[in-house]
Amino acid sequence: MTLGTWLALFVALVLAAEAVRALRRRGLRSERWRRFFRQRTTSWGLGILTFLVLAALAAPAIAPFDPNRQLDILHLTNRPPSWTFLLGTDLLSRDVWSRVVYGARVSLGIGALGALMAVSLGTLVGAVAGYYQRWIDTILMRGVDVGLALPRIFILLMAVALWDGLPFPALVITIGLTSWFGTSRLVRAEVLSLRQRDFVAAARALGADDGRVIFRHVLPNAAAPIIVSAALGVGNVLLLEASLSFLGIGIKPPGASWGNMIADGAPSIYTAPWSTLFPGLAISLVVMSLNAVADGVRDALDPREDAA
Amino acid sequence: MTAPGSPPVLLRVRNLKTYFVTEQGKGTARAVDDVSFDLYPGETLGIVGESGCGKTVTSLSILRLVPEPPGHVLAGSLIEFEGRNLLALPVPELRAVRGNQIAMIFQEPMTSLNPVFTVGDQIAEAAIIHQHVSRSAARGRAIEMLRLVGIPDPDEGVDHYPHQLSGGMRQRVMIAMALVCHPKVLIADEPTTALDVTIQAQILELLDRLQHEMGMAVLLITHDLGVVAGHADRVVVMYAGRVVETAPTDALFERPTHPYTEGLLAAVPRIDAPRARLHAIPGQVPAATAWPPGCRFHPRCPYAWEKCVAEEPPLLETGVAGHTARCWLVTEPERRQAKR
Repeated sequence: MTLGTWLALFVALVLAAEAVRALRRRGLRSERWRRFFRQRTTSWGLGILTFLVLAALAAPAIAPFDPNRQLDILHLTNRPPSWTFLLGTDLLSRDVWSRVVYGARVSLGIGALGALMAVSLGTLVGAVAGYYQRWIDTILMRGVDVGLALPRIFILLMAVALWDGLPFPALVITIGLTSWFGTSRLVRAEVLSLRQRDFVAAARALGADDGRVIFRHVLPNAAAPIIVSAALGVGNVLLLEASLSFLGIGIKPPGASWGNMIADGAPSIYTAPWSTLFPGLAISLVVMSLNAVADGVRDALDPREDAA
Repeated sequence: MTAPGSPPVLLRVRNLKTYFVTEQGKGTARAVDDVSFDLYPGETLGIVGESGCGKTVTSLSILRLVPEPPGHVLAGSLIEFEGRNLLALPVPELRAVRGNQIAMIFQEPMTSLNPVFTVGDQIAEAAIIHQHVSRSAARGRAIEMLRLVGIPDPDEGVDHYPHQLSGGMRQRVMIAMALVCHPKVLIADEPTTALDVTIQAQILELLDRLQHEMGMAVLLITHDLGVVAGHADRVVVMYAGRVVETAPTDALFERPTHPYTEGLLAAVPRIDAPRARLHAIPGQVPAATAWPPGCRFHPRCPYAWEKCVAEEPPLLETGVAGHTARCWLVTEPERRQAKR
């Protein structure tokens, strides 16, 4: 680690902390933001996520080495963490810290985009099935049954055969298209009960069309489970990417993602645990932070929690 | 019923039949079975009857809000509003009527507001849907409506969530929501049933005042004859999916003709009468899947004779203008005396 990279790291940390503090201050003025920040863990989660995103964006400044360069395949393999190699080196003498930082770009990107796609698709399908019922519901939900029954690896292997190694957008799309089934069931169940509520009838009596009823009156009342499922979804996508990389059909080596770092380091987990431990920790950190933020969002969207 | 010289009908309901298909072949529930009435501009028409008589389904049918399936409005029914049959209207045109020209308020203010939006957002919604006003203009309208329905501090109240309001305040918000677009018809389905008595009176007074200010017609659906007596110009009494009596309010209370109406009136506790056991109509409303043959009230009627079982009476003119009753007693009034 050089002085420059320490400085960049420090700046990223301070920026993240300041951003959260500024939001909190601003938030004191609005009830919704106040509810968002009610729990301390939400601030921590938001701070950690902000820091990780900043680090991913500023990867060249924060990473001291080229993440893919084998520094010295003879003398620098599997070195434990030190001041030079903050998180050690891996089997191929690459700097783990640099790879974790660059891997954040890929992993956070896939996690965010894949989960966003999966949750949007699942919400849409679930809402349509639950709202219109009858044959639409039957067709969509039998489709979901099929989707859940097909092993996902099988679908992904087909996709690999089509693309011959997945480029990043194709990976995101494939993951997104195969991860929405659970969400759609969840949303459908919520919509089935919400559509019976009086305020939905009242909205229709006011002249609201189906789209307005679904997106303004039904789905916002189902926000809590959707958001929780999105937060968990990011974790699942990160793990899926890891297992895909483990099978060699995810991010192509030598490119770094947290998933393929774990896969690469797995053989030397006893001799050099740092090469798997730190990307694993990064995944856990993201999932935990997201859950904390999701709790905040849920509180912000539910005005009834005020009494607590 | 339309006498020459009377104002044009605003809402004409003719032969309305709304049936529900029940589960597992228990048959068809004929919840509303051949109901006809007229609503004139600016008047209040009360629809009275006990639970299960079809009054709520009637009101839902007008705006085609009956859940389908299991419910459906039969062909041959007519709901004519300003010359257009609402039952035959394409859905987009129907939506342009809902909330804009015919608005509705529901029985349960506690559950009829969306819990996750402020009352201001919800009041503004109809204005945004029908008049495409901007959000800030809609907010101004919401504040204005809140003031109109008597919410204290409307500038602040506009940002409150439904759970922060009492039942009476929520019903005021519901009324504000319904009236944003100045509808010509307001359907009020048991607007005060869920409220306590003092609040009931306030809400009904508010409705009266707004009706006069806006000149709208009100279809007041209730089981409470006291509410009808004080607030309706004319009354339609429903029993078992049918209209059994219709009359100007005064005539109905002076000379109830159908035995069911008589029973309803006798069941109202009176402050000026000696205390006695409250009168109750014996028996229950029969199941909507199996209405009795002949007059549907005959199993519970103290005057019933063979003709009532054999043949259902039509709505018969009683002699008072606009007063009709579905009862053979109109043709054989001596039978009523004989029983007394």
